Amino acid sequence: MNDAKNKGSVTIVLFSGEMDKAIAAFVIATAAASMAMQVNIFFTFWGLKAIRKEGGLIKGQNWMQKMLNVMNYGHAKKLALSKLNMMGMGPMMLKTMMSQKKVPSLREFIKTAHSLGVKFYPCEMSMTVMGLKKEDFIDECGDVIGAVSYLAKAKDSNINLFI
Amino acid sequence: MDFEIDRTLDARGLSCPMPAVKTALAFEEMGIGEVIEVLTDDPVSKKDLPVWAEATGNKLLGIKEEEKTIKIYLRKA
Repeated sequence: MNDAKNKGSVTIVLFSGEMDKAIAAFVIATAAASMAMQVNIFFTFWGLKAIRKEGGLIKGQNWMQKMLNVMNYGHAKKLALSKLNMMGMGPMMLKTMMSQKKVPSLREFIKTAHSLGVKFYPCEMSMTVMGLKKEDFIDECGDVIGAVSYLAKAKDSNINLFI
Repeated sequence: MDFEIDRTLDARGLSCPMPAVKTALAFEEMGIGEVIEVLTDDPVSKKDLPVWAEATGNKLLGIKEEEKTIKIYLRKA
């Protein structure tokens, strides 16, 4: 979308690692991108799970990071719900209900967003704390950035959301 | 109707925001002045696609409803 500059821009911080919240972020992101807006998503802390690659359970440099990454394991296809998780039954039922209504899955949303030019930025600081590297994230990811770079983008955006 | 349809997008069965997303993707391949007919059964699209057209500077030519299918005509500006 070349004329993005005239159509405004949206910057979303995805802090939460739950499927429902990630889908909310991607619905807004893809809708905004369809309106030719420039869209940036800054993935931080638990939100990094949405763009983690599948597999590779044990990550990190020390035992605490390794434990955190095992306990916190997840990727776009494996995320809990913020409510009614019911030990994994909630996400399973919601996925079925969504596919019945032809709502794309989170993975499909990520692909669509990427093809529309939505930019994905993992948070450098969260990655350092958790012991994660750029290669632990899906190929759609852009540069790893810090808070200042995020703020520079947020400052120039018309719409800023923290999810 | 005083326009010719250059392309039809069948977005039936898809829900928000996919009809707008698919329309945007179709518009990228279309030339200026071309008309698209979007078929949808999503009632939200009836409200959202005119807003989409306005926000993106394209033109809404009309909306027709036939039973469950809503037909939305848009011209690329």
